[in-house]
Amino acid sequence: MEHIPFNFPFLAAALLVGISLYIIIFKKNLIKLIMGVAMLASGVNLFLVALGYRAGGASPIYTNVLERPMVLPVPQALTLTSIVINVAVLALMLTIVIRIYRHTGSLDSEKSRKMKG
Amino acid sequence: MPSLITHSPILIIAIPLAAAFLTLPIGMASRKARNALVIVSLAFVVFLVFALARDISINGIHVYTLGATSPDLTIPKGFMVPVRIILEVDSMSVLMGIIWSIVALAAAIFSLSHIANETGQNRFYTLLLLMVAGGFGIMFTGDLFNLFVFLEITSISGAALIAFRTRFADAQEGGFKYIVVSAIASLMVLFAIGLLYAQYNLLNIGALAQVIQYTTLDKIALALLVIAFTIKAGMVPLHLWLPDAYSVAPASITGMLLITSHACMYAAFRVCFTLYGGMLNTPVVGWIIIIFGLLSMFVGVTMALIQKDVMRFMSYHAISQLGYMWVGVGVGLAVLGNAGLVDSYGKAAMSGGIFHILNDAMYMPLLFFIGGALFHCTGTRDFTQMGGLAHKLKWTTILFIIGSLCISGIPPFNGFSSKILIYESVYQFHPILTIAGIIVSILILASFIKVFHSAFMGAELSEYKAVKEVPRSMIIAMVILAAGIVFITLFPSLIVNWTIHPASDALINQGGYINAVTGAIP
Repeated sequence: MEHIPFNFPFLAAALLVGISLYIIIFKKNLIKLIMGVAMLASGVNLFLVALGYRAGGASPIYTNVLERPMVLPVPQALTLTSIVINVAVLALMLTIVIRIYRHTGSLDSEKSRKMKG
Repeated sequence: MPSLITHSPILIIAIPLAAAFLTLPIGMASRKARNALVIVSLAFVVFLVFALARDISINGIHVYTLGATSPDLTIPKGFMVPVRIILEVDSMSVLMGIIWSIVALAAAIFSLSHIANETGQNRFYTLLLLMVAGGFGIMFTGDLFNLFVFLEITSISGAALIAFRTRFADAQEGGFKYIVVSAIASLMVLFAIGLLYAQYNLLNIGALAQVIQYTTLDKIALALLVIAFTIKAGMVPLHLWLPDAYSVAPASITGMLLITSHACMYAAFRVCFTLYGGMLNTPVVGWIIIIFGLLSMFVGVTMALIQKDVMRFMSYHAISQLGYMWVGVGVGLAVLGNAGLVDSYGKAAMSGGIFHILNDAMYMPLLFFIGGALFHCTGTRDFTQMGGLAHKLKWTTILFIIGSLCISGIPPFNGFSSKILIYESVYQFHPILTIAGIIVSILILASFIKVFHSAFMGAELSEYKAVKEVPRSMIIAMVILAAGIVFITLFPSLIVNWTIHPASDALINQGGYINAVTGAIP
C-alpha cells in the first residue's frame, strides 16, 4: 500500500461526496435520489476509515502490542456503526418509495408530488 | 432512592428502549396491557426526570460513565482522556428532558384514541417509544458520536411514524422528505465529527472543548454542525420539508416531532456554547443565527397566513416560533466574548429564548393536538370547510382559545412572559429585532383569529350535526399541556428562577461542563 499517495483516499471521498450531492440535488427519480444518499454515506465512511489509516500499519486486532504501527481502531468502530445505521435508513427509504409508487404510479419526484406551498 | 438518582440518566434512556421491544409481545396478548405498559413507563420516566432535575439543582452537573466501575469515574486509570461513553446532564439538558418527557406522555395518551382505528398499533407504540429514547439521548449525551447515533434513531423512528398511516399518499411523501433530509443532515454531522476526531483524537464534548484550537478545519466542522442542526430543526431557508412532514403525521407525532426540532436546536446551542464557547469571541456566528431566526419568524408567519390546511397552518407557526428562540439565544451568542454585555443583556436574552422553548413546547403541541382533534371529528384538515364547531366541541374550543392566546403573546399568558423577556433584552442589542418580533406577534394573532372564526364560530353546519366531543384520552392529553400552560402563566418568575436562569448559566459556563468530565482525574 506504500505506493498509494497519502491523500488519495481523501480525494476519493471528496469525489464521492461531490457526485452524490449532484445526484441528490438534480436527479428527479426517487430511486436515483436514494442511490445518491447511499453514495454520500459511503463517501463519509471512506473519509472516516481513511482518517485512521497509518501507512504500513497492522490491523488493530491483536492483544499483544506489535512492533509495527497499528491502524486506529476507533474510526473503524465509528464506520461500522454508521454503516449499520445507513442500512436501516436506506431500507426505510425504499419501503416508503414502494408506498409512494403504489399510490401515485410514478417515481418522478415532480409527478408524485401532492403538497405545494 | 439515591442509587436510582445516580443511575437515572441511563434509566431515562433505557426504560423507553426496553418498553419499546416489550410492546410487541405484550400487545399481541392484550391491547389494554400494552397501553398500560406504554403509559406507565412514560409516567415513570417523567418522575425520574423530575427527580434528576431536583438532584441537579442541588448538586450541579450529573455525569454518568457507561461501563465504568463507578458512574463518576469519567477517566479510567492509566488514561489521560475520557475513552468511555459519558452521559452529561446539566440544567439545560434536564430542562429539555422535562419538556420531552411531558410532551411524550401527553402524545402517548393522545394516541390511545387518535390511532384507535389504525392497523399495526403495536408497531406504532414501539416506534413512539424508540423516538422517546432517541430524543433523551440527544439531550443527555456528552459524546459527539452518540449524538449522531441518537439523532439517527430519532430520525428513523420519526420518519416511520410520519408515514405510519399508509393509506394516505401525502403521508408517504412527507415521511420520505423527512428521512432524506434527516439522512443528509446526519451525514453532515458525522463528517464534522470526523474532522474533529482527525485533529484531536477525542469524541467527548467536554474533553474536546478543552483542547480545541479553532483552526480552519474546526471552522468547517462548526459550519457543518450548525447547518446540519438548522436543517433538522427546520429553520428558513432550510424549512421546506417541515410543513410537508408535520402536516401529514398523526397529530400526536407532530407534537413530538416539534420537540425533536427543539432538541436539534439544543444540540446546535451545545455545539456553539459548550464545544466552541470561548473561541467564538466574534459576533459573526451569533449574527448568522439571529438572521436565520428573523427569516424564520417572517417567512413562517407570512406562509401561515395563506394556508387552508389546519395542520399545515400550525406547522408554519411552529417555524416562526422557532425563530424567536434563535433570536434570543443568538443575541447571547453574539455577545459571548464580552462579559460586560453578557451580564447586562446577553444572559437575559438567552433566558428569554430558553423560556420560549419551554412555553412553545407546551402550547404548540396543544395546538397540533387540537388540529388532530378537528381532523378526528370532521374528517378534513381544511378549516375553510369547518364551521360552528364551538357548539359541539366545548373542551376543544376552550383549549384552542388558550393555545392561540399563548402563541400570540397576549398578557398574562405564558407566551407573553417569554416574549417580553426577549423583547426587553434584544432591544439593547439591536432595536430592529424587537420591532420584528412585535410585528410577527400581531400577524400570528391575526391568523389565529381567522382560524378561530372559520372553524369554531358561526351557526352549526348541517354536515357536522353528528359530531360529538372528542374522546376522553384526547382531552386528558390536551389538558395535561394546558395545565402546564396555566402553571407557567401563574408563576412565571418562579419558573424563570428555578429552571430558566440555571439553564442559561449552564450554557454560558463552559468551564463547569469541562470540569465535570476532566476534573475527576484519580
